[in-house]
Amino acid sequence: MGSSAATPLIELRDVSKHFGEGEARVDALKEVSLSISAGEVVALLGPSGSGKTTLLNVIGCILEPASGWMRLDGDVVYDNRWLRSDLRRLRLDKIGFIFQFHNLLPFLDATDNVALVLELAGAEHAEARRRAAALLEYLEVAHRRNAMPSHLSGGEGQRVAIARALANRPRIILADEPTAALDSKRAGIVMDLLRKLAREQDAAIVAVTHDEKIFDRFDRIFHLRDGRLDDKGED
Amino acid sequence: MNLAYRDIRHGLLRFLLTCVGLSLLMAVVLSMIGIYNGLVVDALTIARAPATDLWVVESNTRGPFAEASRVPGDTREAVARLHGVVAAGSVTYQTVEAEHAGAKLRLYVVGFEPGRPGSPARLKAGRPIAQSHYEMIADFRTGLALGDRIRLGRSSFSVVGLVENHVNTGGDPAVYISLLDAQKLQFELSPSASRVQIAKGGLPQTKDTVNAVVARVHPNVAPAAAADAVRRWKHLSAMTQAEQELILTRSVVDRARRQIGLFMAILLAVSAVVIALIIYTMTMEKLKQIATLKLIGAPDRTIVGLIVQQALALGGIGWMFGLVLVLAVKDYFPRRVVLDPENAIVLGLIVFMVCVASSGLGVRAALRVDPATALGG
Ligand SMILES: Nc1ncnc2c1ncn2[C@@H]1O[C@H](COP(=O)(O)OP(=O)(O)O)[C@@H](O)[C@H]1O
Ligand SMILES: [Mg+2]
Repeated sequence: MGSSAATPLIELRDVSKHFGEGEARVDALKEVSLSISAGEVVALLGPSGSGKTTLLNVIGCILEPASGWMRLDGDVVYDNRWLRSDLRRLRLDKIGFIFQFHNLLPFLDATDNVALVLELAGAEHAEARRRAAALLEYLEVAHRRNAMPSHLSGGEGQRVAIARALANRPRIILADEPTAALDSKRAGIVMDLLRKLAREQDAAIVAVTHDEKIFDRFDRIFHLRDGRLDDKGED
Repeated sequence: MNLAYRDIRHGLLRFLLTCVGLSLLMAVVLSMIGIYNGLVVDALTIARAPATDLWVVESNTRGPFAEASRVPGDTREAVARLHGVVAAGSVTYQTVEAEHAGAKLRLYVVGFEPGRPGSPARLKAGRPIAQSHYEMIADFRTGLALGDRIRLGRSSFSVVGLVENHVNTGGDPAVYISLLDAQKLQFELSPSASRVQIAKGGLPQTKDTVNAVVARVHPNVAPAAAADAVRRWKHLSAMTQAEQELILTRSVVDRARRQIGLFMAILLAVSAVVIALIIYTMTMEKLKQIATLKLIGAPDRTIVGLIVQQALALGGIGWMFGLVLVLAVKDYFPRRVVLDPENAIVLGLIVFMVCVASSGLGVRAALRVDPATALGG
């Protein structure tokens, strides 16, 4: 599998990020450059503390880098400073997050957890619920659509969370250890699903993982070591 | 969808329990306000009952409520002859213990001259005293009903009229009897009642003694001028109705009033702190969810709405149930609880402001929370 579009969806040039100053300074990212195209599913690999989460947060516009340049879906969003003031709106429209634990809002049922992001993007409640139900169907958790998150199993919760991440048809999906809480069978199912989505929605998926069982499901694998990207991604 | 409502519905039991707790707190604050008001109003009812302009008492005293006062029975005629005085009447006040329906009753016995100033205005039931002996007008709180008979001293009185909220500053309900009966009673006090009387400042010396003379003055004459005229007599002192009321609130119930007032203030402060803590904790517990909301792109408006709406719902429901609770139980208090609509509204405003201020604290923390905290791993 390779890239199909001309402009990459995610493009980083010499992005650095450090925490603290002086003695306590930790360089979490050192001049990271990468480029990921639509339809690609890539893995982010590296030992604990190597900067994987930091990189994901930077791409997701949650963490401000110290320096560098970043373009998302054709928009230059960072050039040594944020170029957009409405980062949350950008996230709502273009970026979907999948967390290690599902992070569903405990007070909304499965359908409403998904419908919420649709409503935040401007959909009417009934329409949002209808589309959310369709998404849950697609992710094969429709039978749990009225369940509260506390009553969902790990796999069901993760699929509802994926439905939420996909609801606004984001072109960039970021996943921090999405299968860590799942057994290997379920992990495989979730990864297959993500691949299917990337293809169908022409989206890029970046997933942090330790899970060797699912490496074969990625198009490319980036290795991070001490905040530095080892290479431009292997197949 | 309304997140505040959905979150409340999800944790409904806990929310309701918090509301119940808050309601009880509000009920305590409101009853404290009511008790405070009641104390002040009660202190004035007895003094306002005769509807007079002028109080004539023993010289160098501020009687008959704040201090003991005794004036000769013929003072009334002298006062009545004063320029500007339209009518005058003698009154006596004494506390006695009596028995009714097997229970001991402490009564504040007011003696007055029927047809003269000193008669209780505005009866709630029954009729004024018509005979010069053995008839009584009683306060509802005595538990006496129309037609009941009760023994005071050696005589038996029948209740012909009822008044409401006539109590002395100690909370004992009042009964009104004719001056002649009251003077007689002062001499025949049953042993237990005389002990009370001694404790109150000794027995009266002669039979024709009264505690005060109350007078109504002509509308064109200033009560203060009439009071000045009385003060020229060496053995008498006088004060206007306004001065009498001031003495009652400033001196007789002043300590009790300040005591309750201070307690009320502390209670209000405690409630404010409790409300603020509840709301702040409520928000802190949600920080992770708020970080998730930020992460999925919810605007600040959504997050602020969630916190502020919940705070106001809590405060509003707590206040409302508290009010309902107090209104339901206020008549069971042994003394009067007087709640004006303004008291409830002012408390509501205070609760509202506390809710807004403390949710402001929560909002500040919520808006500062890093969306990355939602992204463990
Ligand atoms: N908010 C932070 N403050 C200070 N140091 C941090 C912070 N976040 C991450 N770091 C440090 O940056 C480095 C990279 O962290 P992280 O990106 O979480 O690694 P990984 O996800 O690969 O385990 C680590 O040394 C970590 O201690
Ligand atoms: Mg990590």
